[in-house]
Amino acid sequence: MEATGTRTIREASKRYQAGVMKYAQMGYWEADYQPADTDVLAMFRITPQEGVDPVEAAAAVAGESSTATWTVVWTDRLTACEAYRAKAYKVEPVPGSPGQYFAYIAYDLDLFEPGSIANLTASIIGNVFGFKPLKALRLEDMRLPIAYVKTFDGPPTGIVVERERLDKFGRPLLGATVKPKLGLSGKNYGRVVYEALQGGLDFTKDDENINSQPFMHWRDRFLYCMEAVNRAQAATGEIKGTYLNITAATMEDMYERAEFAKELGSVIVMIDLVIGYTAIQSMAKWCRKNDMILHLHRAGHSTYTRQKTHGISFRVISKWMRLAGVDHIHAGTVVGKLEGDPNSVQGFYNVLRETHNPVDLQRGLFFEQDWGGLRKVLPVASGGIHAGQMHQLLSYLGEDVVLQFGGGTIGHPMGIAAGATANRVALEAMVLARNEGRDIWNEGPEILAQAARHCTPLKAALDTWGEVSFDYASTDTPDFVPTPTAA
Amino acid sequence: MRLTQGTFSFLPDLSDEQIRAQIEYCLTNGWAVSLEHTDDPHPRNTYWEMYGNPMFDLKDAAGIMAELQACRKTFPRHYIKLNAFDSTRGVESLRLSFIAQRPAQEPGFMLLREESKGRTQRYTLRAYATDRPEGQRY
Repeated sequence: MEATGTRTIREASKRYQAGVMKYAQMGYWEADYQPADTDVLAMFRITPQEGVDPVEAAAAVAGESSTATWTVVWTDRLTACEAYRAKAYKVEPVPGSPGQYFAYIAYDLDLFEPGSIANLTASIIGNVFGFKPLKALRLEDMRLPIAYVKTFDGPPTGIVVERERLDKFGRPLLGATVKPKLGLSGKNYGRVVYEALQGGLDFTKDDENINSQPFMHWRDRFLYCMEAVNRAQAATGEIKGTYLNITAATMEDMYERAEFAKELGSVIVMIDLVIGYTAIQSMAKWCRKNDMILHLHRAGHSTYTRQKTHGISFRVISKWMRLAGVDHIHAGTVVGKLEGDPNSVQGFYNVLRETHNPVDLQRGLFFEQDWGGLRKVLPVASGGIHAGQMHQLLSYLGEDVVLQFGGGTIGHPMGIAAGATANRVALEAMVLARNEGRDIWNEGPEILAQAARHCTPLKAALDTWGEVSFDYASTDTPDFVPTPTAA
Repeated sequence: MRLTQGTFSFLPDLSDEQIRAQIEYCLTNGWAVSLEHTDDPHPRNTYWEMYGNPMFDLKDAAGIMAELQACRKTFPRHYIKLNAFDSTRGVESLRLSFIAQRPAQEPGFMLLREESKGRTQRYTLRAYATDRPEGQRY
């Protein structure tokens, strides 16, 4: 795609004349640019204002996310400015969405500080999202060159080591968020943890907004929760954990809470996405130093990931968080109560769990991504899921995932421990059947009914929730659908 | 109590036919099956005794079942688990691990507490069975 006025002005005396010129003319559009293996690549969905040429809009995004300002500055000439300019190199219409374009932009590696998500994002999403000539802008995907990936430490524990540490293999892990999320005293809170863990869950979890409130201070919560964890370990002979949320107002507070969790013998601590990228990287560093698993709740992400025209795709957040170094991240359930198209969610999971991602437009992956030896993040599926969906969850999400049944455990008619047992039995029965070669997608309900014959809690769970589903259209769906090919 | 370590401990004990189907699944995936046994099932006892090396070259479920029977015969009252090892780059770890024999009586664990400062407690988990010397535990 090329329009008039998009050619770079090469002659220096004209190029650096004081005044305003088009971004494309300044050198932020290069139709024949071949991205280098070391370039950071970004793909934006741009919606230009009426009358704004899409190529010029793409060049403006490249300019404003790298070296440009609104007018020509002679000080460019004191630098190797041609190398430092980001280059938009491809603009194409979004299939089925008139007025929207995919713009591909390449950035030189030296534009970014090694190992800093804060620096990477300050460029890529720093200024450009409020840019007036655009109606809307969305960062759809990024390719991080292996040279840049290698400057990050990544997850402190990772899927493989977490499983070895917990001695849990071959099945999804099970968790539950303590409910009600606000208001319980420390003692009552620990009761929920104990019941859920000794009933069969691997993990319980603080909710994103449980920090240190008047009804329950953090030290109290930690003490009661660790009593519950240790009692449950004694009752089952199995390693258990509870994500102690150490999110707080300052890093000093967070470190204090993390140290206390360590002192009490917790295997895992938890933070919220809202603490910010630098705080996340700091806690990842602390966790690596202290052999701690780091759970990240993606609190707040839907404010910018959900709408397709403006914001950041969650697949990009997933990539940033794998670099930043978290061990768990909430990444969608497909079948639960929260937003999540199956293909998009599988795209997020692949980003978190694979060593290498091929281009996969159907799942929203626009670039090939090599993760080198960076550890893998365990995705967490949480929100409105129950035992009756076990065959769907295992089919969609695979086995390297934490399935979190909050209401689906605590709301069980026979009590919390029974709710936990129901989930664990449903899970193990489904994995067993899958491994035996049965078609769990179609035979799932039958497999569950069979397992319920030796497990009254599972029968009660199926009777209560068997039919519950959340069928709403997703807003964040891939733009490419599979083209049927002739058989 | 019932020790719930392993992939399938919440289901009724697997029959030999069911164990064999899981072995077939592991072999189809190219994983190496191994057997381990112990009379000290503490959850942090990582190193159960190996019943031979992982069977990297044994691709036959019947052969592995024969090894399991031999292990059961030698250690009739121990816990035995069947592991499947995946040597794929980036995994290089177990992909499945489940208990294939457990003692008839499982006395469970005692939780010892030591009160410490600031309401904290030091917890220690001890298997009742390990109060007795090796060989006399189950």
